[in-house]
Parts: sequence; C-alpha cells; structure tokens
Amino acid sequence: MSDLVEVIDSRKKIDVNKIREDFPVLHQEVNGKPLAYFDNAATTQKPLQVIDALQAYYEKDNSNIHRGAHTLASRATAHFESTRNHIREFINAPSSEEVIFTKGTTESINLVANTYGRKFIQEGDEIIISTMEHHSNIVPWQMLCENNNAILKVIPIFKNGELDFEAYKKLLSPKTKLVAVVHASNALGTVNPIKDMIQLAHEYGAKFLVDGAQSTAHLPVDVQELDCDFLAFSAHKLYGPTGVGVLYGKRELLEKMPPYQGGGEMIKEVRFENTTYNDIPYKFEAGTPNIADVIAFDQALTFIKDCGKDKIHAHESQLLAYAFDKCATIKGFEPIGTADEKVSVMSFNIKNTHPFDVGIMLDASGIAVRTGHHCTQPLMDWYGIEGTVRASFAVYNTVEEIDRLYNSLVRIAKRKN
Amino acid sequence: MEDINAIQDEIIGEFEILGDDKESTIYYIMELGDQLPDFPETERKEDNIIKGCQSKVWLITNLQDGKIQFLADSNTAITKGLISLLIRVLSGRKAKDIMNADLYFIEKIGMGNIIGSQRSNGLAAMIKQMKMFALAYQSKIDA
Repeated sequence: MSDLVEVIDSRKKIDVNKIREDFPVLHQEVNGKPLAYFDNAATTQKPLQVIDALQAYYEKDNSNIHRGAHTLASRATAHFESTRNHIREFINAPSSEEVIFTKGTTESINLVANTYGRKFIQEGDEIIISTMEHHSNIVPWQMLCENNNAILKVIPIFKNGELDFEAYKKLLSPKTKLVAVVHASNALGTVNPIKDMIQLAHEYGAKFLVDGAQSTAHLPVDVQELDCDFLAFSAHKLYGPTGVGVLYGKRELLEKMPPYQGGGEMIKEVRFENTTYNDIPYKFEAGTPNIADVIAFDQALTFIKDCGKDKIHAHESQLLAYAFDKCATIKGFEPIGTADEKVSVMSFNIKNTHPFDVGIMLDASGIAVRTGHHCTQPLMDWYGIEGTVRASFAVYNTVEEIDRLYNSLVRIAKRKN
Repeated sequence: MEDINAIQDEIIGEFEILGDDKESTIYYIMELGDQLPDFPETERKEDNIIKGCQSKVWLITNLQDGKIQFLADSNTAITKGLISLLIRVLSGRKAKDIMNADLYFIEKIGMGNIIGSQRSNGLAAMIKQMKMFALAYQSKIDA
C-alpha cells in the first residue's frame, strides 16, 4: 500500500534533477561555489529548448515576417503566429487577435495607458492602484493622470502584505474608470484576490488591468475565468527570452483603442492625405517585432506545459514553506510579507545588517538573490525600510540549495545579532 | 610618502594570505569596517555625504599638527570596510602626501573583482573626495 502511495506521489512531483539538466547556466561555479540561483522573480533561467530554438531560427529560418512571398518568410511567420496561438491557449484568451506582442510587461502597461487611457480617461476620472505596485504599474498612470487631469487612488495594505479589501471597496465609485493591480507582488509574493476585485470593479463599470508579471509563471491565469479587461506579462520571467512581452485585451476594447505607435505593420493603407489602420493585433505592433525571441518563447511555453503548472506550483510552494520555516529560526531574521496566499518569494531583512551587505555575502557563497527596493519604493516607504533581500524560487531550485542559503544566513546574522 | 607605501604593502600582504577565497575576503573587509572609530551622530548629515557612491558614505576631516585626520562611516558594512582601508593608508598624513599618493594597493589586491565595477566607481569617488580635502588644506597652508 505504501509503495502505491509513493508511486502516486512521485507522479505528482517534479523530477528536479532531470529538469536541471535542461538549464546549462545552473551548472557552474560562482566565486568557487556551485551557483544557487534565487533571483527568479527578476528573471528566470532559460532551458536548452529555448536556447536551441533561438539558434535554430537564426541558422535556418531568419526572415522578416508577414507579406513575404518566399519560403523562409512563410516559415518564420508561421512560427511567430503559432506562438501567438500558444499564448492564447496559455491564458485561455478567446482569440489570438487579442494577444499583442510588446517588449515586456512595462510596455504592455504603457500601451494601455497611452491608448485606452489617453482616449477614455477624462478629467476628474479616477484610477485605482495598490500600495504594492511595481513602478511600472504606478508611473504610467501618474503620467496619464497628469496629462488628462485624472486622479490616482491607492489601495492600502496590512502589515502582513495583504491588500485591504474593505478599503478597496470604499475607493470604488462611479468615478472609477480603471483599476490596475498586480496579481502577485514581486517584492512580497502576496497573491491578490484578483477575481473578486475584477468583479467589484465591473459593478462600477470600471475596466481592470492585471499585472501578471509575477503570477503567470506560478499560477493558473485564465483571462476568461478572471474576466479581466487587460493582462500584461513578460516572457523572460516564464523561462523565455528577454525582450518579449504580452498584452491581452478584450476585443471590444482593443478595437476601440487608438494605435500606440505609427509605422509599418500597423497600417492598412497609407496615403499622404489619410492613413487607415490595420486590424488587431497588428494595429498595436508597429515595426519589425522581436521575431527570434517570440519564436523561442514558444519552447518556454511547451516547457511549462510539460512540467505541469500545478506541479511547478506545488514544488515552489514546498520550497517556500521549507525556506520560511528554516530561516524563521535564525536570530535577527525579519520576514517582509507573510500573506496567506503567496507565490514563491521570500522577502526579508537581517537585523542590523544592510540588505546590500547580505546580498554581497551571499554572492560570495555562490548564492544569487536580489537586494534593494525591487522597483517598489512606495511599498518600502510604507514599511519604513530601505529595501529587502529577496530570494525567489523556481522549478529548478532544490531543498539542498535552500539549506545552503540557510547556512549562509546563519553566519551573516551572527555578525550583528 | 614612504609611510603610505609601507601601509599599502602591509595591506597587500594581508590580502595575499586571504588568497582567492571571496567569502573570507568579504568578511575580512567588513570586519575592518567594524573597527573604525565611532562616527559623531551630529556629523551624519547631507553635507558630509560623498556623491557618486551607491551606499551612503559620510566623510569628515580635521587638521592635527599639520596632518589630516579622516573620520568616515557608511550605511553598508562592505563600503565601511573599503573606506577603512583608505583611512588606514591616508589618515594622519600631510596634505601634500595625500595629494601625491599613488594608491596602487587597490589594483594589487584585486579590488575590482571583489566589489564589482559599480562599487569601483564609488571607491574612486571616495579617493577623489579625500584628495580634494587635502588640496583644500594645502591651499590654506600655501596662502
């Protein structure tokens, strides 16, 4: 009986050692120690499948996409558009025309602010964000508010890093035209109750943008189930290449929105007297896109699918719980962000020690973490801290690596505690 | 000047013992910072911050018997350690010697590899500021 349980358990689990074989970058020494890479919330490492796809594209298929009469152009176009369709599947969008390629989450958000925002946000209208937003989900809205004389409102949070839902309810009013909130916080790991938030916003007729930069790699994100109006995320946090982002938008909104940038691809006909614009998604994709990286991203999506998102989530949750339990015993360990629902982010400080010093001491032990304000300065101000140390876990991280992190932190904490 | 170079050679010798072990080197630099004398709370102000460093570095000076004494502090232990090395070499020297000092120990101990390029810029800013103080004192003496 116990054997059977073990077999079933192993089917649910990820074979980390096998997965690690696909990531060449992990197999190196840093400062004389094996690399333990815990900076996954900044960017994940890339599996061989992605690296090979990049090389194969340049070796065999390199060509500009769309409108080409030759075979290479057709091949490149087919691969490019096939990735778009796989992204549609990945987020369960109704159609691939609602999937727009950008260069990252930041550009996706800026696109919405500069098109939907500029046209539909009027003087006195209100935009709601939260205290835990990344600068890329704050500054574009500040710029829009300044330009259109609109008002920015901020949802407060609790000490444990959870959003104050009751306060959110009170901020909503008929004046609210847009809510832009992060699904999972990059600095704290908090997962926000985004589905309920979207439903409430819609009751007031407001549109809802989800910043999915940190959630798409860890949680199921189904845009139809969530009923979000926009979703922004980046390929490079999903084991894909840098320089590729996605904006999902509901068709009726995308069609009403003016173009973002002018140029090739985004037009139907150009006359000096009058230019007509292309249909979605191309209306928002001026110029030659990042073809190679988009095509290679397809392999990252396949990698995630093969691993199984539920298994990835289970593995990362186990690592997070293990890391927190272990580190909580260290004298001077101060966790920042202890919400019930979290992605695999462990943000913390060591008492009497600057986060940068912790980072540099961990680096000397071959352990890569991020230190600083994590592009969430208002959040750090709210906590009254300069920054944190952030260890963020991915599918290829191991319990042994966390043991090394713990051992190094014990030594670091002892210096001043 | 001989004193300055003797201290530099001493530091080079200490770092040679540490060898390539980055962990020991980093911890050692931080320990050196811990040994700096306490920095006066009243001097921890904006005017005394060295510009161009990623970390906050406060630096003040005074002249004793024609020699410049440096006092410094930083909000990060690694930077405090680095500045403690500079203080060990340059504090208690004549203005002219500080201005003319060739700080070869920085390259010899492989500081660039230890702290990275961004921190190296900060270290250069610290040295520049210390030499500027020396220049200012020297101008006073010459006047």
